[in-house]
Formats: sequence, C-alpha cells, structure tokens
Amino acid sequence: MDETRNGKIASLELTARQLRIDALKMANQCGGNAHLGGALSIMEAMAVLYGAVMNDPGLPYEQRDKFILSKGHAVLALYTALAAFGRMDKGLLDTFMQDGSDLIAHPVMKPEIGLEASSGSLGQGISMAVGLALAAKKKGYTYQTYVLCGNGEANEGSVWEACMSAVNFRLDNFTLFLDNNRMQSDGMSEDVMNIAGKYTGMLQALGFQVIEIDGNDVGQVYDAFMVPHEEGKPKAIVGNTVKGKGISFMENNNDWHHNRLTDTQLAAALSELEVIP
Amino acid sequence: MTEITKAKAKLWSRIGARAVFGQAILECAKERDDFYVLSADLAQSSGLARFRSEFPERMINTGIAEQNMIGVAAGLAKDGTNVFATSFSPFVTMRACEQVRMNMGYMQLNIKTVGLGSGLIMAQLGNSHFGLEDGSMMRAIPGMTVVNPADGAAIIKTVEALCDFKGPVYLRLTGGPGLPIVYEEDFLFEIGKAISVREGKDISIIAAGTMVYYARKAAEFLAGKGIDAAVLDMHTIKPLDTEAVMEQLDKKLIVTVEEASIVGGLGSAVAETLAPVAQKPPQLMLGIRDFFPHAGSYGYLLEQCRLTAEQIAEDILKALN
Repeated sequence: MDETRNGKIASLELTARQLRIDALKMANQCGGNAHLGGALSIMEAMAVLYGAVMNDPGLPYEQRDKFILSKGHAVLALYTALAAFGRMDKGLLDTFMQDGSDLIAHPVMKPEIGLEASSGSLGQGISMAVGLALAAKKKGYTYQTYVLCGNGEANEGSVWEACMSAVNFRLDNFTLFLDNNRMQSDGMSEDVMNIAGKYTGMLQALGFQVIEIDGNDVGQVYDAFMVPHEEGKPKAIVGNTVKGKGISFMENNNDWHHNRLTDTQLAAALSELEVIP
Repeated sequence: MTEITKAKAKLWSRIGARAVFGQAILECAKERDDFYVLSADLAQSSGLARFRSEFPERMINTGIAEQNMIGVAAGLAKDGTNVFATSFSPFVTMRACEQVRMNMGYMQLNIKTVGLGSGLIMAQLGNSHFGLEDGSMMRAIPGMTVVNPADGAAIIKTVEALCDFKGPVYLRLTGGPGLPIVYEEDFLFEIGKAISVREGKDISIIAAGTMVYYARKAAEFLAGKGIDAAVLDMHTIKPLDTEAVMEQLDKKLIVTVEEASIVGGLGSAVAETLAPVAQKPPQLMLGIRDFFPHAGSYGYLLEQCRLTAEQIAEDILKALN
C-alpha cells in the first residue's frame, strides 16, 4: 500500500516538474506576457488531480469528474496538465495565444479537450462548481467536483457566497483547493488584503472540512485529496504555496505575475529544472 | 398548454405579473420535470410559494446572493437542464451582471433569468427596486434573448415557450396587480415574432410589456383625432423582429414605447434597425428619459415618465405637427 503511494508520488513529482517545463516553454514561445507565477504555484495540485484523483475523462457526463479552474489566469497549469494526461493533444500547446487557437490566456469552455468552463473573471468558478455538485446530488450523478481558487481571488465576495452555499447544500461531493501563495497582482496579500493567514479558520467557521498543507509537496497534496469527505460536508484543501515555485528568480517575485519570458530567461529557468535546453 | 379565456385573463390581471409567473411555472412543473427554479430568498414574493411546496426538490434557494445564484444555475444547467433563476429585476441583472455575462453570454448555458417587478411597478419602494436599465444591459450581452411580455396571457405563453427554448434568456416582467389585458383569447406566440394588436395605416406604435396596452389605448385616442395607428407587440426585444419593423417604412411616424430607460432598450433596437435605411419615417422614442423618477404610486410614476395613454397620444400628436 505504502509502496504504491510512494511510487505514485515519485511519478507525480516528475509530472509536476514536466508541467513546469512545458509551461515555461509555452510562455516563452507565445512571445507575449503570460501568467507564470500563479501557474507555477499550482503544478503539484494539477499533477495530483489529473494524475491520481480524477477519473477517466472518457466516461459519460454523469460519471466524469469535473474540474473548474476558477483562477483562470493560471491557465498554463491547466493546459499542460490536460496535455500531459492525454486529455488534449500535446501539439495544441504550441498554439498558445496564437490567433485562432482554442488556448488563450484564460480558459474557454470546450469539454472535448477537457476545458469544462470559461473563466477569467475571478470569484465565479466556485459558484458553478457548487451548481455542478448540487446537480449531481439531485440527479444521482456520481462525478466529483473539484474547483481551484486563488488567494487573491478570495478577495471577491462571491467566493464566500459560494462557500456558504456549498456548506448549506451539504455538498460532500465537492472539493475546493485554495492556492494560498500569499501574493496577488499588486504584491503581498498582507499589504493588499490581509486575510491570507485566516482561510482555514474562515472555512472551518463556515462548516467546511478543512485540511491545511504545504501545497507544493506532492505527498501532502496527494494525501489531502485522498482524505474522504466527512458526511454532509464540503472539503477544502488550503494549500500554502509559493508563487513562481521551482524557479529561483521567480519565487515570491511578483514581476512574474504576468510577464514575458525571454530566451535567456527560459534557458536559465530550464537549467534549474535540470533540463538541457 | 394553458387555455386562454376571458375569465382567466381577468384573473391574471387581478393577481399581477409575479403571481402569473408563479402560476405558469407551477402548471409547467405539473407537466414536465426537466427544469429547476432558483430564488435568492424571494420565492414568496415571486409567486413561487405553491411551486415550492408542491415541488420542493426542484426549488433551490441560494439565499440573498444573486451572483452565486447565477453561478449555481450554471452548474445545474451544464448538462443542458433548463434553469429559471429569479429575483427582482435590478438584483438579478445588475448585481449579478458579470455572472450573467460569463455563464449565459460567454458559455451560452441554458439559463433563464427572470427579472420580477421590472419597470416602475415597485412604486413606493423606490429606484433601488425599479427596473429601468435591466433590459438594456441584458440586451447588450452577446447571445442573450430578451423577452418582455405584454400581459398575463402573454406571460403564460412565454413561460411555456421558455420551457422548450434552448439557450440563455432574460425574461423581463413588468406590471403588477391590475395588469393590463391585451389578450383575451388564444393567440399565436413565438419568441422573436412581433404580434400585430391593431391595424393602422398612418403611424406605427411599437411597444413591449405593459406599454402594449397603453399604446393601444393611445391609438384609440388618436383615432378620435383622425389618425389611424397600428400597434405592434414587440415582446421579444432581442433578437428583434426586424422584418416587422421594416414593414412599417410606409408610415408617417414610427413610435416606440417601453416601460424602461430609452437608453439601450426597445427604442434603441428599432433605431439600430432603421439607421441604415435612407427613406424612412422619423422615430419618436417614448420611455423613461435618462433620470431616476421620484418614487410614488405606479400612476404617479407613469405620469412623471409621460407613459399614460393620454400622454403617449399627446406626445405623438406633438411629433406629427
């Protein structure tokens, strides 16, 4: 049992590293600014979700697990994960931000390539995820619903409207991953809207089952997702993460919230991930 | 399909738009189980009390959280299920405007938002509760259909049609108890198709919602002055029945009347259609000018906005002279 877990975790760590490599290459290749910092902070969560948590995408709608990227700007993490696990063609990644591409800077709904919802306007995805989970309860659908929300995003009041209702509707088929990288567009959250240290308490007070972890530790992320839901309660994983994770000059550096990655910078970043460019 | 009779028309008029909506939903629910109704803590005030007690599994209350209501509606509608999301008109269209834009516009999910008590019927409650700009804002969102039925029978017909309509719709409900009666017997109703409620050869009055009745009454005054006015019920404000508009080009004047802001609503939609036409009659746009009326009784408000039948007729005569 433990060996299976450890084997899985070792493999998911490699996946998370590969997602970073792919995302950096896409950011460089697109030739414009890309949201890197907030994508790099969730690579472990995405690797675990798509690699070990969610079921077969080929299943019919009623059974196929749903994932909503509420912080839509972290789209590089979503596209690379969908490609890594064969949910979209890997060649599509090369079209990122090109005219006519399905892969623009925020997800646009296209279920056949794994994009379950359009997002980009913050604070909306959790409500939709609540609706998906509620539909499953009402109709006897067996899918699970997962939604990933950002730390800065949690400034939006609608996030908390949605969280209240997840508890009210007793959605024990619903999991929120809160990417608490403690930064947002204008800087450190403690300087912008100082609630980043309070999420666990806030969600617990609402009635969530809450697990707080190091969100960049694959083992902890995996274990948190594997914890079964308490009956009648939605689950929240507060993942404490590092914005720009994995690349020294990007970590906790908000210049990389939305920036252009030059060839030289790409080479430096890839060398840190032990790849020969 | 609910039968339309004189007696029922009277009843619907007495109970008003909100109660008629609730009754229409209830009747549809008895015949089909393929839709949900959401409310943001206003089920009782939306005429949905009986629906809630008879079909509790299909009524979802999201609390006073309209933004979340539209998002939850999106999740419920993602498999194609029809979802009616209801609240008072400013709350469902403006508080939740961006949720409507993302989920109904951008994603084209099968949601019907219902704006209850739109226009001026909230009377003494004041402009916080009026629906002045709701239709204009919903019309501006790509891919939205906007419907503003004229009376009780038309509300019944619209709700029945919406049960089979795929795609996002804003249902704008104007008028309260004492709702005008336009239709007393069965009539053909199709979303996107204007209905001629009065023939006339001199001028055309194109109206929506409660104003269809007032326009027809104004036409009767005008007949006394020797002016023969046609009246069109343009219940679907988007997509506009442009064919019906283009058929009015031989008239001396085209008048649009709406219980809504004249910025961006029915009048604008008609003007957008007519703008490129070289030879056309002038258009008189009647509706709520660009201001917040002083709250008071419904009649007091209509007068301020010059929307009584007499005032409509007066303004038309002025425009003709």
